[in-house]
Amino acid sequence: MVEVLRLRDGPASEAEPVSLDSFLDDSDGGAVRIEAGDDVERLFPVLDRLQLVEIDFPRFRDGRGFSSARMLREAGYRGEVRATGDVLVDLVWFMQRCGFDSFAPDVPLNPAEVEAALARYPHVYQPAADGRVPVWALRHG
Amino acid sequence: MYRYDQYDQAMVDARVAEFRDQVSRRLAGRMTDDQFKPLRLKNGLYLQLHAYMLRVAIPYGTLNSRQMRKLAQIARTYDRGYGHFTTRQNIQYNWIRLEDAPDILGDLAKVEMHDIQTSGESIRNISADQFAGAAADEIMDPRPWCELIRQMTSFMPEFSYLPRKFKIAVIASKADRAALRWHDFALRIVRNDAGETGFEVFAGGGMGRTPFIAFRIREFLPTNEIFAYLQAVLRVWNRHARRDNIHKQRMKILVHELGEKEFARQVEAEHAGFLARGANFPQAEYDRIAEFFAPPPFEQGLNDDIDLADPEFAAWAERQVVAHKAPGYAIANISLKPVGGIPGDISAEQMDVVADLAERYSFDELRATHSQNLVLPHVRKADLPAIWRALRDCGLADANLDLATDLIACPGLDYCSLANARSIPVAQKIAARFADAERQARIGELKIKISGCINACGHHHAGNIGILGVDRKGIENYQLLLGGSGDAETSQARIAGPGFDEDGIVDAVEKATELYLRQREDGERFIDTYRRIGMEPFKEAIYG
Ligand code: SF4
Repeated sequence: MVEVLRLRDGPASEAEPVSLDSFLDDSDGGAVRIEAGDDVERLFPVLDRLQLVEIDFPRFRDGRGFSSARMLREAGYRGEVRATGDVLVDLVWFMQRCGFDSFAPDVPLNPAEVEAALARYPHVYQPAADGRVPVWALRHG
Repeated sequence: MYRYDQYDQAMVDARVAEFRDQVSRRLAGRMTDDQFKPLRLKNGLYLQLHAYMLRVAIPYGTLNSRQMRKLAQIARTYDRGYGHFTTRQNIQYNWIRLEDAPDILGDLAKVEMHDIQTSGESIRNISADQFAGAAADEIMDPRPWCELIRQMTSFMPEFSYLPRKFKIAVIASKADRAALRWHDFALRIVRNDAGETGFEVFAGGGMGRTPFIAFRIREFLPTNEIFAYLQAVLRVWNRHARRDNIHKQRMKILVHELGEKEFARQVEAEHAGFLARGANFPQAEYDRIAEFFAPPPFEQGLNDDIDLADPEFAAWAERQVVAHKAPGYAIANISLKPVGGIPGDISAEQMDVVADLAERYSFDELRATHSQNLVLPHVRKADLPAIWRALRDCGLADANLDLATDLIACPGLDYCSLANARSIPVAQKIAARFADAERQARIGELKIKISGCINACGHHHAGNIGILGVDRKGIENYQLLLGGSGDAETSQARIAGPGFDEDGIVDAVEKATELYLRQREDGERFIDTYRRIGMEPFKEAIYG
């Protein structure tokens, strides 16, 4: 059983994620699993049926999942976005900024290290999916 | 030039702390080198043949005397007393110990420098015209845009684990001194008929084993749309690039596979989305940054004459000095290509001299160029003799800008773990062959570029004469390429024929220059003659 580290409140979704194709074919469940090559835009028409989107990182250098997550948030999806696979603590800040709010990596993360990593950088240089105000706005308050 | 405020400083300081933590985890054995590798690469730290190599960013090639002195001090304290300026306007140190790297970053942060995203699959340090703010032919100083883009591409969450590296260049003149279209993403600042400023945008260029010249993806992009457009380009590439073969993941390959039109269509669609969602930088932020690049207080009414009585000085001035936009001022190029030296290398003592000269004579500004030289961008013509004497006294007064001995060479097999062949000894032999001042002057502009392997760090694809080191059955062998250029009429060099050994390649280069001298017409540079007569006559002269 992979441990899930969640950054969002409320109960975790019980739904079992299915592949993108199966989800789009027929699904009553509210959870889908996005592989690195999947086109997340195919979900846009059905976002209101979803509570959980799992996005997989087959190798941590494969950054496609960052775009998938941020695009879901841009499309208005408010449910859980969970990173799975090869997720290292050094990625979680970027992941959070792209809209991930839970992590279930192959190798469990140390919660204290995650907390430290998320607090490491005091500012952000650009807007993303996390609503943080970039320095270009702070400077001109 | 730009100065950090509390925000910039806090980000760089946080980076130093993060890296210190990562290095200590690695040294304590809590991370394998495999896990550590992408993290150190985000900080410009490579594991080379003999030691770690550290690459330090010099944003758009601009630095001040305090920073140059710090680079000298780092060379003395942590390296072997010298540094190496690269073809990306950065500096790198070849003999770094891993344990020292966090302290070096800490030292750099004290002078508003860093090594963030100088290697790995990152958005790299931005290149610019080395004469920005000084060139007589620019429509504006491109560096405010470089700095704004530097900030918006730092720690970009969606685009920090890209398929490959991503290189950006910005210029603001017709003449191209930055090899613009050899970049993944390149901007030329232009004015449209209505007098508005915008970017002419190029995408999909790059060297490496599959060279492509960037195509023009947008004729005119309003400047305030750059953040949206850049993200659109990055997103299309990040989502659709191959991830199964490291040699096919640069953006140029995706552009090639999709076709320019389809790539542009996808980018425009994403761009429209980013624009619609808003979240753009405020104009006030551009204005804030632009103020740092206001022209220095040039003196008025200066004399435009240069006293050329001393023939040695005259030879240097005629070659190394370039027209400046302000009357009475000049741009002085400092050669890092002494015959017998290593292209781009500079000692700590020389760095200190150059820093002093910048402080005293050039409004405290220096530039690094992609041809691995340095520039004093704003000097009074009257001060040129004093500058020349100081350079001469420390061995930096070579007069060879853009000539045969001003060659570009990558570190090659002397340092680089990927190399097939040595580049530096070949560069030295060619330089020795053409060392005679009269001879190189007679040949005129000739850009020779040498790479020790197919990765093309020495830009051989863009060389008027390119040299590529290959490994043939365990023996170093050199291919000769002709006709490349990074100027406004960008072209890719083509292979001339079978390769040579180390001495053979020097002879082949000489034969090519001899043919050019026989064939050239009035005012033609080597590249012009090549473009007119084509490869065949050169082949005959070299192999016939
Ligand atoms: S071109 Fe090859 S040998 Fe030269 S520095 Fe690059 S990787 Fe190393």
